[in-house]
Amino acid sequence: MEQQELIPHLFRTEFRKIVAVLSKLFGIEHIEVAEDIASETFLSALETWTFNGIPKNPTAWLYAVAKNKAKNSINRNTVFTEKVVGQLDRSSESLEIEIDLSSQNILDSQLQMLFAICHPAISTEAQISLALRILCGFGIDEIATALLSNKETINKRLLRAKEKLRIEKVKIEFPGESEISQRLEIVLTTLYLLFNEGYYSESQDLVLRDDLCAEAMRLTYSLIENEQTDLPAVNALFSLMCFHASRFKARQNVNGEIVLYQYQDEALWNQELISKGGYYLHRAARGNTLSKYHLEASIAYWHTIKEDTKEKWRNILMLFDQLLQIEYSPIAALNRTYALAKINGKKEAILEAEKLKLESNHFYFTLLGELYSNNDNQKAKMNFEKAFSLAKTQTDKQTIQKRIDQF
Amino acid sequence: MEEYALIMRHEDGMKVASPEQIQAWMKQTMDWISGIAAQNKFVSGTGLPFNDARVVINKNSKKIVTNGPFGEIKETIGGFIIVRATSVDEAVEFAKGCPVLQGEGNSMEVRKIAKGDGVH
Repeated sequence: MEQQELIPHLFRTEFRKIVAVLSKLFGIEHIEVAEDIASETFLSALETWTFNGIPKNPTAWLYAVAKNKAKNSINRNTVFTEKVVGQLDRSSESLEIEIDLSSQNILDSQLQMLFAICHPAISTEAQISLALRILCGFGIDEIATALLSNKETINKRLLRAKEKLRIEKVKIEFPGESEISQRLEIVLTTLYLLFNEGYYSESQDLVLRDDLCAEAMRLTYSLIENEQTDLPAVNALFSLMCFHASRFKARQNVNGEIVLYQYQDEALWNQELISKGGYYLHRAARGNTLSKYHLEASIAYWHTIKEDTKEKWRNILMLFDQLLQIEYSPIAALNRTYALAKINGKKEAILEAEKLKLESNHFYFTLLGELYSNNDNQKAKMNFEKAFSLAKTQTDKQTIQKRIDQF
Repeated sequence: MEEYALIMRHEDGMKVASPEQIQAWMKQTMDWISGIAAQNKFVSGTGLPFNDARVVINKNSKKIVTNGPFGEIKETIGGFIIVRATSVDEAVEFAKGCPVLQGEGNSMEVRKIAKGDGVH
């Protein structure tokens, strides 16, 4: 038997392409039919390729089978036929439906699907799960593992989200010119959170976590590739993802523990991604939009310079100040204070930090612990201990414990 | 040398598998078959798709056609391969390597193929 290696993730990649094209053709209310057809196509491959070898052009084989199954499904189900195919092009008496699996239509369908899924009627949580399923081709188990949830919860969440799409009669199409920036905002939030799920996840499955980030980057990049959506905020978000992703290898040691920024080996930072981040940050500077992604990407840029200079921290402080004006978040406020300490010293930063009063946040006490260390080690230790008791995840507890042990 | 059919019984993958899992199963099964083929002991094999599957039963002397049950039960035949082996034990060793057995409750059935010489 001729053995040919399959492209890694081929089925996952083709799943999302087939589902996007078929859902676009059938309408979003039949998204489950599209999912079933894609899954059945891979099972056919499993039953055939396993014993007869992998065909010369696996993708073409999959598309031919998917097209056939789609046609059979249309012919078999009369209700489906009347409702859906009634609106489709019918050439001659025979039911000849054009199923367009060209790369252009795949690309368009996927982008339109991205907008459909990031619909304001659906909760962000559900958008992320739906994006992982429909736009990334993840299985229920994989989504549950990646999001530290369980199968039942994810299943319910997906069912409800699909129901919502049906009720709202969401169309798989590009939003109109006037709507695009508003709709894009939700899309970017979802992609940003999808990336963060991978980047900050507690999931032990490292491969899956990297995949999540890679998928978020791929989807963001697809927006850049499309003229209509190649906007400054999109470029800024992509730049931010590149800068963060550049530290993937450095932020985890051989035992899988998180290595904090200041202890990372810069030799492990990915220079290619850093320069990519720089390139897209530059592209993001066209026009006069300043989104939070611009600011976060700029902060991330300064973090690619390991050396502690006043210039670096002054810039970071200024960027955090701007970020806090656009969108307040406790983490940004804490990080701002850390930058302040780097410039004006720990004593001044302590006064600023204590004004924040984020007493349910373990990062707040971690920061105070850091600021007190070497000034008042007893207070430092006390704060780290408070942080420890508030920390929710194993990784955070471990990191804090290490700090406590240093006293 | 005898020929044995190694029959795979498992659940319908449709309900449980993600695209990634299906691809992983395929790779594992191909590796398993290649391992047997490398010893020149692989004869042939085929998958048996679950969709468009039917069962014809004799009920009260009538031939009833049903759609199953497939899928819900673990005992459904998903495919089989035919191998050459010197003994049933060797064939069982081949069967043990089948990735189908990673699934709880799934099974492999090892059956000798009749030679048509009246002995078997």
